[in-house]
Amino acid sequence: MSDMDSDRRQFIGRSSALVAGLTLAPGMMLYDLAHGRPVGEPASSKVRWGMLIDTTKCESGCDECVKACNKENGLPGGTGPTDEQWIRKVQLTDLKTGKKTSLPMMCQHCAEPPCVDVCPTGASFKRVDGIVLVDRHLCIGCRYCMMACPYKARSFVHEPLHDQKPDVPRGKGTVESCTLCVQRVDRGETTACAEACEKAGHKAILFGDLNDPDSEISKRIRQVASIRLRDDLGLDTGLHYEGL
Amino acid sequence: MRLILALALFFAAFSAHADVTIPHLDIGQGGHCVNDPKFMRMNHGDLLKHQRTITVHQGIRGGRYSLERCVNCHASKKNNSVLGTNQNFCQGCHVYAAVKIDCFECHSSRPESTAELESDKHE
Repeated sequence: MSDMDSDRRQFIGRSSALVAGLTLAPGMMLYDLAHGRPVGEPASSKVRWGMLIDTTKCESGCDECVKACNKENGLPGGTGPTDEQWIRKVQLTDLKTGKKTSLPMMCQHCAEPPCVDVCPTGASFKRVDGIVLVDRHLCIGCRYCMMACPYKARSFVHEPLHDQKPDVPRGKGTVESCTLCVQRVDRGETTACAEACEKAGHKAILFGDLNDPDSEISKRIRQVASIRLRDDLGLDTGLHYEGL
Repeated sequence: MRLILALALFFAAFSAHADVTIPHLDIGQGGHCVNDPKFMRMNHGDLLKHQRTITVHQGIRGGRYSLERCVNCHASKKNNSVLGTNQNFCQGCHVYAAVKIDCFECHSSRPESTAELESDKHE
């Protein structure tokens, strides 16, 4: 990085600290920094949403994130081979050391998503802010994306559905996966799983903007060692795992 | 005799016309729509299609022509839905026009607040 670049970064850092200082009273600010974008404004490519999952804080046997995901998105919650699962809790055991790790697995929101590459209709797409989605209006249910995904993140809806959530339309014959709670993100909120994990007292899931150097997630990724699953595939995933 | 025939023909034509059952829709809340009803009757399909692309791909929610907005206003007060009987807003007209409606295979046919209550009941 050139000197000029680092000066610029320091300046941005200082000026944002100044903005954060414009506090009128505790919890009341001139600028609402955590708030979502104004209604009618499209998602911005300046933002890249991602997650940092601290596996050392993720408790084995706890499935609060999965339950919260099911509730938020109206999923039935089954774990059979044909049931829709947007998050799976995975238990790993290192055979040599016996070290046990527990972690949530879901769509990794790749910057170079294989599911998008293989989709014949353009239904599988990446939004400009990094969220990988399925446009169900275009999905023909061929399931190429399910085969292409190295993380087994996608599910197919096999049965007719009723009483879907108005914010989360889902239906038979289409493929679906974690949307990074796009309906909440568009309102300026965090994901259901991150919220549930914090409520359960684990704080293992950190959601935020990877492009903003001052976001909590970017600061943490700079400080601690984290990896991205199957980084050798060069997919540039939006999900980072700590403690693996 | 000719007059009687003419009258009979007139009434026959009138009663044949009365047989065409124009749907009597339960428009729910009703009131002022986002556009002139005549325009909406003709163009709601295109408007919805345009809106859905903006919403899904650009993340602009709560648009003027969102399906959620249609449902929130036009769900029947009787069964809380735009579907169910041939008097319900969406189903009534689509049955009359014999056009298959597939929006609600994925989308909720109930207004937001009540759909939430329903899903809580199932838990």
